[in-house]
Amino acid sequence: MDELIFFINRVLISGTVLGSIYALGAIGITLIFGILRFAHFAHGDMMTMGAFIAFVLAGVLASAGIVTPLPTGVVVLPVAMVLAAIIALGIDKSFYAPLRQRGARPVTLLIASIGVTLMIQGVIRLIFGSGTRSFFADETKDIFRIDMSWAGAQRPISVTEPQVIMFVVTALLVVALHLFLTRSRLGKAMRAMADNADLAQVSGINTALVVRVTWVIAGSLACVAGTMLALDVALMPDLAFNIVLPIFAAAIVGGLGHAYGAIVGGFLIAFAETLAVFNWTAVLRPLNAVLPEGMALPPNLSLVPTEYKLTVAFIILVITLLARPTGIFKGAST
Amino acid sequence: MALIELKHVVGGYGGAPILNGVDIAIEQSDIGVIVGPNGAGKSTTLKAIFGLLKVMGGTITFAGEEITNSLPDRLVPKGLSFVPQEKNVFTSMTVEENLEMGAFTRTDDFSDTMGWVYQMFPILREKRRQPAGELSGGQRQMVAMGRALMSKPRLLMLDEPSAGLSPRYVIEIFETIVKINGEGVGILMVEQNARQALAFASRGFVLANGQNRFTGTGQELIADPEVARSFLGG
Repeated sequence: MDELIFFINRVLISGTVLGSIYALGAIGITLIFGILRFAHFAHGDMMTMGAFIAFVLAGVLASAGIVTPLPTGVVVLPVAMVLAAIIALGIDKSFYAPLRQRGARPVTLLIASIGVTLMIQGVIRLIFGSGTRSFFADETKDIFRIDMSWAGAQRPISVTEPQVIMFVVTALLVVALHLFLTRSRLGKAMRAMADNADLAQVSGINTALVVRVTWVIAGSLACVAGTMLALDVALMPDLAFNIVLPIFAAAIVGGLGHAYGAIVGGFLIAFAETLAVFNWTAVLRPLNAVLPEGMALPPNLSLVPTEYKLTVAFIILVITLLARPTGIFKGAST
Repeated sequence: MALIELKHVVGGYGGAPILNGVDIAIEQSDIGVIVGPNGAGKSTTLKAIFGLLKVMGGTITFAGEEITNSLPDRLVPKGLSFVPQEKNVFTSMTVEENLEMGAFTRTDDFSDTMGWVYQMFPILREKRRQPAGELSGGQRQMVAMGRALMSKPRLLMLDEPSAGLSPRYVIEIFETIVKINGEGVGILMVEQNARQALAFASRGFVLANGQNRFTGTGQELIADPEVARSFLGG
């Protein structure tokens, strides 16, 4: 029974946490690709930037002596999302929009976004230094331990408060996004533009407005994802830059331009990663009793060493591109 | 006053102009048909009206107002609508969502217009929850026309509406176009099936090398031996 609890803690909970972060990031990447037809490499850094915005706001709240029942990083999230969306709009207007107006090709925009990556990371390091910070320096991170002794387990299922909040927030945001894309006039216009930009223009759809809405959604979701990641682990200038590649993999595996695909892809990659680095010996240890003498299980039986976790996303990506290049949901193949 | 009037329009995609002085004028009651050989600038003329390429000379007026080089998001609310020849439906969206996109510029209740479109194309009501990409070529053309009608246009522009359709659908589409015109929508269309289209056109324009060669009623053009010999295949 303890083995099962260990599995739940290490795979189910960790995978869901990671999946939520990947999904929220991948939605932004997939929407930007669908509307603007370029791979937004700086998206990871928009996540990091969002986390730092939330960090500053949380600091302001704490220094004002305001105590909240929820972690301050969560309380400030709505304001941080608004600020992150405004900055995302500013970045588009200053760097990407001028290139689009000159008819730049997607590759040019991709390279511009690498420039934006360096710039955001530079600005963050300039202001905050390169050290690691925590949202929980003056606050305790509550851990919920669900006692499982009734099932004969000594170990509890443990999940932190930020993790629980993250599950709820991600679910709410995904439902909100779904309603927006399927019910609202602007959401439908966004899908129309991703489907066929020329026809959207011919229909009289205000494409500039759709582009702005895309940045608002992508920027604010990136802020949530980044803050959640920082709440779960720690805050550093290259926080999300390190995971931008699995996030891209999630968007591509799900089908580029397809918001639901990004969600599925995000959870798929996250669970594949957590399962691959999971030490199966911990679950299979009872087998030692039935194995013949001298044939004990090795102490570490994971498919991939933790430091090579990134390869899992790439293997899935390669398989997807070979077997189903348009992704799980039929996305854009260009 | 003409509904749409092009005066000596010169335009292209940068580089050498494709249109070298096109003159077109039609009333709201007209069905105007543009015919001519490949590369004559027929589709380009429609795109020039709709702001999809640069007009470098001449003027375009719509209901007395100059609209030269205006973009679609300004033209659609004024009462112009355009059905491109290819990729003219949102394939991943349902038929009904396609129609809603045609009404994007409208802020009023458009359910009446949708009813009108469904009355015009009853098959679309049946398939309204189906993705447009799953429909046949003829049905897609209906979705495309329906989308364009959702803005309640005064002028509907169609780029080769019969292209790639089976003869049965060609007749059906042409009949629908006449019916739409009968409900007070001016039509300006480009057609490869020149003889068939000129037969119901009240105004015909024969273009060649980006210029008008012949202008007249559809019947006049069909009856003109020179037009028939050079442009209608004898």
